[in-house]
Amino acid sequence: MDWYPLFNSLRIAAISGLIVFFTGIFAAYYVAKLPRLLKGVLDVVLTLPLVLPPTVIGFFLILMLGPNHPVGSWFLSVFNIRLVMTWYSGIFAAVVVSFPLMYRTARGAFESFDETLAFSGQTLGLPNTYIFWRIRMPVCRQGILAGAVLAFARALGEYGATSMIAGYIPGRTATISTTVYQLWRTDNETLAFQWVLVNLVISAIVLLAVNMLEKKKTERWSIR
Amino acid sequence: MSLSVNIRKTLGDFTLDIVFETKGGVLGFLGASGTGKSMTLRCIAGIETPDEGSIVLDGVTLFDSEKHINLPPQQRHVGYLFQNFALFPNMTVQQNILCGLYREKDKDKKKKDTEDIIRMLHLQGFENYYPAQLSGGQQQRAAVARILVNRPALLLLDEPFSALDSFLREQMQAQLVDILHSFDKDVILVTHSRDEAYQLCRNLALIDGGHILRMAGTKEIFSDPGSRQGAILTGCKNIVDAQKTGEFEVEVPAWGVRITTAQAVRDDLKAIGIRAHYFNPKALANHYPIFIVEEIEEPFAWVITFAYETQKKNSPPIWWRLPKDRKTEVLPKELGVAPQNILLLYE
Repeated sequence: MDWYPLFNSLRIAAISGLIVFFTGIFAAYYVAKLPRLLKGVLDVVLTLPLVLPPTVIGFFLILMLGPNHPVGSWFLSVFNIRLVMTWYSGIFAAVVVSFPLMYRTARGAFESFDETLAFSGQTLGLPNTYIFWRIRMPVCRQGILAGAVLAFARALGEYGATSMIAGYIPGRTATISTTVYQLWRTDNETLAFQWVLVNLVISAIVLLAVNMLEKKKTERWSIR
Repeated sequence: MSLSVNIRKTLGDFTLDIVFETKGGVLGFLGASGTGKSMTLRCIAGIETPDEGSIVLDGVTLFDSEKHINLPPQQRHVGYLFQNFALFPNMTVQQNILCGLYREKDKDKKKKDTEDIIRMLHLQGFENYYPAQLSGGQQQRAAVARILVNRPALLLLDEPFSALDSFLREQMQAQLVDILHSFDKDVILVTHSRDEAYQLCRNLALIDGGHILRMAGTKEIFSDPGSRQGAILTGCKNIVDAQKTGEFEVEVPAWGVRITTAQAVRDDLKAIGIRAHYFNPKALANHYPIFIVEEIEEPFAWVITFAYETQKKNSPPIWWRLPKDRKTEVLPKELGVAPQNILLLYE
């Protein structure tokens, strides 16, 4: 069995997860502070990928990143880098598709944060960055962690947009999900089933790890 | 040590317009909720920004709209005790207190200050507890410790007892009196409780509708609140429209009686107030026939509502509160009230 799809899927999910973790948090933090109208508009734009069919997202991505399209042709001519049909094309798809999950859950967590905690930190002379990383983030940890897990899991399972902009090239752009589809299409059900099991195991491990981490931390904060 | 505040801020149809200077000791802001007390504290602490005006603490300008000065809260050295104490839930008591020592770089001093304040506020043994594991009173002490260790130049207390139950509240009030005595800086206490105001504050500012109605010594305010709103805030139960009829006499049309006062009455008198416990069957002045409307039993007193025989039908009954040991089997048919106990209310 060729393990490349596993490696590629994990690599794409990890990198896009990292990107989405930070961009999602900062978008959530700043959008929550905006005036109502602007907030409403930005909220729609940032959440749209969640409700759009992945194929529509793939279509948009090709329109931007394809070699004959603005961003893609610029990268090709300046850096000689192709943005589609490579292993990292999958990252673009995964980022766009999983971003709303991180953004929305983090925003929900930030909005339920008791602002007096930040105020009291300020009056005690704590710098705003300290308050953000040492108070706001830990207190909102549950929501942020949930968002990160959802985003990672979604990135791992991404198929539609990925298949459009990364395609299926064995040993190069193949991910678990595209491999399962390819194997099923070519009547290789046994192997397809093996990959399904691999996928199940990874997802279960991720969720289990998060649950354990979560439990250990919250126990200390709550009433005995 | 002095704080001088002169600020205005408009929020929708509410306008905050606060001007005052502290005279040392504990200053109480007494007012109903939504009248701008907390907003004023927030402006002083730098959490909210006034539209215009200035805030000067110990000669340092914290805010000045004309000079475009607006120090961030971190540079104001103003301690703020929030209603819910705002302890960081992810940190232990000790870590919370160390947040108050963030700027202190000397490790030994940090350690010593923490130990001292923990001892002073009786938090020994709770250093490694998280706020959720503490009782309300312990949480408050931890929050106070975190603020005091920060050595603020001014201490703001925002309804500090409202989150505590009544038994704990009295204990904590007593403790806070001690702490405030050892804290030699200005303190502003926001409250809607006249008991807290009376016990803890040397001076009081009565706040209503976004501005200060009156500011004076606490005892003075209670013995002469001066306005209808002031009488309500200091807990006066009987307030009624009145007109001046003589230098020491007013007429109360709704009660159908004339009342003699000890204080000279000004022409612009609007109403008088009589506290529920000032009625007395033995008082000779302002003695009129009454009939009893209702008797209500409280834990340590009786509240008797009554009306004068001459009282208009639509005028609400008058409150008389008397301690249990002074209540007689047969209630009196006439009641009086001493002239010095008549509150003259203007505006």
